[in-house]
Amino acid sequence: MASPQNFASKLTALVVDDHKIYQKVHQKMLNNFGVKSHVVENGKEAVDIHWHGKKFDLILMDMDMPIMNGIEATKELRAMGVCSTIVGVTSRSTEEEILKFMEAGLDDYQEKPLTIPKLTSILHKIINSNPI
Amino acid sequence: MEVGQMQRQWMGYMKSLFMEGFLDGQFLQLQQLQDENNPEFVVEVVSLFFEDSERILKDLSFAVDQQSVDFKKIDAHVHQFKGSSASIGAQRVKNACIAFRNFCEEQNIDACRSCLQQVKQEYIHVKNKLETLLRLEQQIVAAGGSIPMMEWN
Repeated sequence: MASPQNFASKLTALVVDDHKIYQKVHQKMLNNFGVKSHVVENGKEAVDIHWHGKKFDLILMDMDMPIMNGIEATKELRAMGVCSTIVGVTSRSTEEEILKFMEAGLDDYQEKPLTIPKLTSILHKIINSNPI
Repeated sequence: MEVGQMQRQWMGYMKSLFMEGFLDGQFLQLQQLQDENNPEFVVEVVSLFFEDSERILKDLSFAVDQQSVDFKKIDAHVHQFKGSSASIGAQRVKNACIAFRNFCEEQNIDACRSCLQQVKQEYIHVKNKLETLLRLEQQIVAAGGSIPMMEWN
């Protein structure tokens, strides 16, 4: 299959997930759009990488992770002043859990697994809200 | 067997896996992600799934055999397995995990033990099916052909 055009090749993304399969799948999806991506295994690593000065246009944040979960990490990143688009990606689906995650500071929430059309829509939103 | 015949055999097998509920659309997504830069992507993801599954099933067997059963721990393992199976489109395994989680919530250990057997069976089935599918793909590629692209509505 022909790869999608690299319309998002100027974007960078951080995949925050402790699950190796989702790390691989989400990173491949991003790479196919030309997005440069980095992977970390939990919320603490996501916070630390920002303390070290790294910035990303998009953060795909899992909810259930060891050491620091997605809710805590999202709260910390927003408290640090991180303005990236943070999309919660989780297999949890009760309304209460989704609300708690959104209230932590997400821009969007998607149920796992992320699909190519959903990611396309997310990337288009980022590009359209930051025209060059 | 010539390439066209192998490809038709592969298509028929894939269709049967979907019709029988072993795989869902997520597996097709994985195939769509595979390209010339990463021609082994599906094999790599499926291998990760096998490794992950063996580890989780071992942990689950240990957890349900404990004298003092920790249902929260069992549920955490099943949640992981559900996520893992959903990520590659292993629909029957995922559904078996959903049922399993319900019994964890009820703290019904006998039902949990029965669910564990069910989940193991479904995993063994899908593992065999995926290994057969990947073998067919290897044969097609070795004969100079390419894997057909399937769309599932």
